[in-house]
Amino acid sequence: MIILFNSILNLSYWQLALAYTFVLIVLVLIKSIGIAKEKELLISSIRMTVQLIIVGFILTYIFNYPNFFITSFILLLMVFFAIHTIFKKFKGKLSYKLKKVITIAFTLGVFPVIFFFIFVVIQVKPLYNPQYVIPISGMIIGNSMTGITLGLNTMVKRFTLNVEEIETSLILGATPRQASKDIINDAFDNAITPTINSMLGMGIIFLPGMMTGQILSGTIPTTSIMYQIAIMLGILGGVGIVTYLCLVLGYKTYFNSQKQLIYDSVSK
Amino acid sequence: MEVICVNDFLISISNIKYHDILEVFDFQVKHNTITCLVGESGGGKTTLLKLINKMINPTEGIILYENENISEIETLEYRKNVGLLTQKPFLYPETIFDNFKKVAFFNNLLLDEILIKGLLESVSLNKPLDFPVSKLSGGEAQRLALVRLIYKNPKLILLDEPSSSLDQQTENTIIEYVVKYIKENNKTLIIVTHSDNIAQKYSDFTYRIKEGKLKGRDNFV
Repeated sequence: MIILFNSILNLSYWQLALAYTFVLIVLVLIKSIGIAKEKELLISSIRMTVQLIIVGFILTYIFNYPNFFITSFILLLMVFFAIHTIFKKFKGKLSYKLKKVITIAFTLGVFPVIFFFIFVVIQVKPLYNPQYVIPISGMIIGNSMTGITLGLNTMVKRFTLNVEEIETSLILGATPRQASKDIINDAFDNAITPTINSMLGMGIIFLPGMMTGQILSGTIPTTSIMYQIAIMLGILGGVGIVTYLCLVLGYKTYFNSQKQLIYDSVSK
Repeated sequence: MEVICVNDFLISISNIKYHDILEVFDFQVKHNTITCLVGESGGGKTTLLKLINKMINPTEGIILYENENISEIETLEYRKNVGLLTQKPFLYPETIFDNFKKVAFFNNLLLDEILIKGLLESVSLNKPLDFPVSKLSGGEAQRLALVRLIYKNPKLILLDEPSSSLDQQTENTIIEYVVKYIKENNKTLIIVTHSDNIAQKYSDFTYRIKEGKLKGRDNFV
């Protein structure tokens, strides 16, 4: 028997409604365990539904009427919210200088990766075609945001906890860069490891979201893996470049021009 | 009459302030001498060493090194000549040799195993180079930190009261090693201590520091 790949099963409203059975099941489970999460679960289910419905309509409109300015505006908005989320998600206090570094590193790092990926690798036509630009940028921006957050958390924590080590290195003649080398390496390692691990497990432990989505919407698996491989490499580039820039610019905020550690920046 | 010209001094400080923690009115260190700074803990002694090592800057006034304002000397160049041994030195993991690798890397020096072994022997630290630093005692760690500092060959060594983390005998041993090195190699030493005995035994000049105030020659012991 031959199965046609391109047959798409459209979900009807009542089929979708049936999926909410899971919310009811989890609600019952939460009640039986006795944790006060019912309200949160209900709110998150409703929010997810409403948000996705709105996004669905907006994207349908944008895809039907591709426009350079609207695509660019959405791209900028995504980057803005990503930077805002990095600031918000950060455990602890971020100095003004470090916030500036994050903004510069994220913008300088993520845009070239997106442009290279869309214009050179995929060669989308027209270049601002939102059907490609928006979801692909979203994946690169989202993953870069997670990477930079992980790297930043490690860097700030290590600078605060390892004052003695940094002082010793400076006393022994190290430049600030040399004194921060182990911290930068450790932070970069922490940022990039989840991406590398997910590349290792891909296809064996799990099927990645984008590929699953494409397969469900009728794309044959051999095509969807091509996209998945490409986007994974794009994500790797995004996470790597953005985190690297953030760390090599970020460590400098802990030192002054006289190569002295700024003690206020490492106080707990 | 002895005439002291400004150039005689390796370090010369007059009227500096560091926030409300320290005020130094007059403090001079001559080449190839041992100077002791005596005072109670929390009196600002460590702060003065950090100022001289250029780890921090005075909030008021200037510090002269060989008659030149240290804030105008390139910091890395300056720190090559001035080395600070802290109360409880940090050792890099994993081995004794790794610690020398760091210093060599920071200062663009060659790793000379024979020299390193000689230095370790000179402080009676007879351990193999691949010995893990985590297994060293407090005194051994202090001696390793000392020879690690000596490896970069500073002109001036600043020694911060090793006694706070060591027993009396180990403390004396460390100070004796440093003093011997200073005398044999024509270097200069500033020791910070709370002990009058140490000052009497080793120092050429002694200054007293009290409640963050060092008044200089009037307070000569």
